[in-house]
Amino acid sequence: MSETLLPADEPAVAAAIAAAAAAGEPLAIEGRGTKRALLRPVQAARTLSLRKLSGITLYRPQELILSAWAGTPLPEIEAALAERGQQVVAEPPDLTALFGATEAATIGGLVATNLSGPRRITAGAMRDHVMGIRAMNGLGEVFRSGGRVLKNVTGLDLCKLLAGSHGTLGVITEVTLKVLPAAPATGTVAVRVADLTAAVRVLSAGLGSPYGVSGAAVLPGEHPLAVLRLEEFPESIAYRAGRLRDALAGMGEVSVIEDAESRALWRRVRDAEPLEAAPEEAIWRVSVQPTAGPGVVAALGFGKSLLDWGGGLVWLAGPATAETHAAVMAAAAAAGGSFTLFRGPEALRAAVAVLPEEPAALAAIGRRVKAVMDPRGVLNPGRMRAAG
Amino acid sequence: MISLPEPKPAVMARRAEIVAGLQALVPGDGVISEAVRLKPYETDGLSAYRQPPLAVVLPTTTEQVAAVLAYCHANGVRVVPRGAGTSLSGGALPLADAVVLGLMRMNHILEVDYANRLAVVEAGVTNLGITNHVAADGFFYAPDPSSQLACMIGGNVNMNSGGAHCLKYGVTANNLLGLKLVTIEGEIFEVGGRYLDAAGYDWLGLLTGSEGQLAVITEVTVRILHSPEGQRAMLAAFTSNEIAGEAVDAIIASGIIPVALEFMDRPAIHACEAFAHAGYPLDAEAMLIIEVEGSTAEQDMLLGRLKEICERFAPISLKVAETAEQSLAIWKGRKGAFGAVGRISPDYLCMDGTIPTGQLPFVLKRIGEMSASYGLQVANIFHAGDGNLHPLIMFDANDPKSFHDAEQFGADILTLCVEVGGCLTGEHGVGVEKRDLMPVQFTPFELDQMRAVKAAFDPDWLLNPAKVFPLEGNAAFQTAA
Ligand SMILES: Cc1cc2nc3c(=O)[nH]c(=O)nc-3n(C[C@H](O)[C@H](O)[C@H](O)COP(=O)(O)OP(=O)(O)OC[C@H]3O[C@@H](n4cnc5c(N)ncnc54)[C@H](O)[C@@H]3O)c2cc1C
Repeated sequence: MSETLLPADEPAVAAAIAAAAAAGEPLAIEGRGTKRALLRPVQAARTLSLRKLSGITLYRPQELILSAWAGTPLPEIEAALAERGQQVVAEPPDLTALFGATEAATIGGLVATNLSGPRRITAGAMRDHVMGIRAMNGLGEVFRSGGRVLKNVTGLDLCKLLAGSHGTLGVITEVTLKVLPAAPATGTVAVRVADLTAAVRVLSAGLGSPYGVSGAAVLPGEHPLAVLRLEEFPESIAYRAGRLRDALAGMGEVSVIEDAESRALWRRVRDAEPLEAAPEEAIWRVSVQPTAGPGVVAALGFGKSLLDWGGGLVWLAGPATAETHAAVMAAAAAAGGSFTLFRGPEALRAAVAVLPEEPAALAAIGRRVKAVMDPRGVLNPGRMRAAG
Repeated sequence: MISLPEPKPAVMARRAEIVAGLQALVPGDGVISEAVRLKPYETDGLSAYRQPPLAVVLPTTTEQVAAVLAYCHANGVRVVPRGAGTSLSGGALPLADAVVLGLMRMNHILEVDYANRLAVVEAGVTNLGITNHVAADGFFYAPDPSSQLACMIGGNVNMNSGGAHCLKYGVTANNLLGLKLVTIEGEIFEVGGRYLDAAGYDWLGLLTGSEGQLAVITEVTVRILHSPEGQRAMLAAFTSNEIAGEAVDAIIASGIIPVALEFMDRPAIHACEAFAHAGYPLDAEAMLIIEVEGSTAEQDMLLGRLKEICERFAPISLKVAETAEQSLAIWKGRKGAFGAVGRISPDYLCMDGTIPTGQLPFVLKRIGEMSASYGLQVANIFHAGDGNLHPLIMFDANDPKSFHDAEQFGADILTLCVEVGGCLTGEHGVGVEKRDLMPVQFTPFELDQMRAVKAAFDPDWLLNPAKVFPLEGNAAFQTAA
């Protein structure tokens, strides 16, 4: 087992990173380590865990602002918000089952991986709700970006740079999120159709309507089910579901799923359960323009897929081989989209490009940014790409 | 007064040669060098500052932009990108030795795709131009800065502009999918695309709001949305700023997030009423304009609830629009706020801080005290839902002391915004205007970290230099600091 450092406060995190930088000894950075199997294996003998840096530091419901140490488990934040009828806007998935983890994810890890759920299409990604961060660079020097207000364009937005950088550009110690009221009610309009293309046509029609659809997915099956979620006051759910039902009636057999069942359904979509990935299978997330989603599934021809985000997010499960991975890469590229090898055996993840290549000029800028933020190359080396 | 770096003598001396070099790259009338024709480009929305550039170049294609940038890079010439020049922070202010790279001729809507709810547009398309183009089909582009008739999408991306409806729909950053851009070296590439959340570093997020510091944007893929069935506003006026602030808290606590929630203080109410005759209550200390969306029945339901909430705070006036016309009448005064203030005072500075919303009464009280001590009038307009405060400071530009005091007053307000937990700018950007205040909000190390990211894109500091980051402490401007 590799050694794990467990600093309990921010100065201790800084000291650990500074020492690692001085010694030139890389660190694997993690919250509770629930997503170790995401992207490439990190080339580091020691792990720096943020799990002890935990707790909500500020919550102002009327100001729609919540701050927490990076190691705070998501359920703790969700529980505090639920008491005041609020929620984490981006609906981050709970991937404990998918990754075989035994603990809940931390907020720092969710921001660093920029993971968002079904509500992404209307309410924005995880990174869109990061109003501020405290973080440190690869020398252990602390900096802040953003703040604790909802609208802020002061200086370069390093929050965005860190969100989705998978711990390779900085170690996030505290995050400040914009939160929003949770809708009091939900409902889902479901349309049974012949195939995925027809399903995405239903989703496009729903998303192109004035009814504020906040989730648009396709449940797989011989006759796929296109599902459109509404989150509103109860009076509005009844009205809007009725209007959607009328609008979509010609596209397939329409039904309405009520509140409790609808909530359960979207939790399953959020956590990619309908994908039904077997433990030994690899999982990919491909992001394309919505109408291209069915084509990606067809090009690959595996049985297992789940479409979310109106068809634009394609979850795929299949054989954990380099050949399958190459086919996913090719399908994503042909559809003009992006991909992530989301889960797979370590050997596969170490051997292939888990993210798309960037154009050469952009890759060069990326290397310069990495050199600026982490000059000694100690933060999560190898996590995103073989070099850096 | 804010200092600008000394022009590079070597560049100034080669002006004719540089103009000829640019003319070879952008033929026809795409290069402007005569003094009279440079005049329109010497300032932007921060009109107290003026500086004619070395030349203006108006390319029509991404390839021309790349050729111009490569040329400027090779010749050590500074470049100031420009959209419509409506920046209120001097973001598009030229430098004497800089080429202004104007994107206004790249004004084509390249594609609209309703099934995927996106539009691909050139950087010089106006904000309203996008909405106008798709409105007949029931769609719109959500961010709606008050300058939307003039300002361009490339400028919006670089300022991460907001609008009255961003409480519900988000700011520019939340409505983008992809960018085509050109680096200072003249390299062309795209970030993001026609899909959400490209894997890898979030370049799209970093570039949004980067104020022309990192690259020149030539094309933008924006998300478009279907318009709501309808919208309607109400007006509620109260006897103090504190009480209006409590009403805002109660609205948010009720779980209703209106599409817009605008606050005006007494001087703003008076200025707007005198100008627009919108029927605003002149005995009020503070007024809210609240807008909701949905079907008529949904609007009635939401407005009914909001009315009940406001009634708990003893409003002195409460008007719920019954029709679209009444709704427009309520908005009329607020939408004309800049013109209204412009009528009272020959000149004004529009400030743009953000504060935690709970600090509003305290901040307005302090601004009132400062106004008295500087002897300058101020009217406050506030996006109450998100804490973005716009004090309009009135002064006389013909009186140097008045201008100096107005700038100092503005700096004091922004410093106060930071002290109460807020920031220097919510949507107008740092530009030159707030550049020297950056140390109020950031540590020297934080500024250096951002400067280093800028330098990763633009190692020679040729792109829109002397903006955003204080010159002092910046090795790239040693001679000027
Ligand atoms: C009356 C009035 C009302 C306003 N209301 C609002 C409001 O409600 N909300 C709000 O947020 N702002 C508002 N503004 C400010 C301003 O309109 C916005 O900042 C707008 O986005 C600027 O767009 P522009 O095309 O005029 O850009 P410019 O002013 O030309 O440029 C803005 C900045 O972006 C850079 N830039 C421009 N285009 C590019 C490009 N293609 N590539 C790289 N860099 C580029 C420039 O160098 C400059 O730093 C208002 C301004 C006025 C005058």
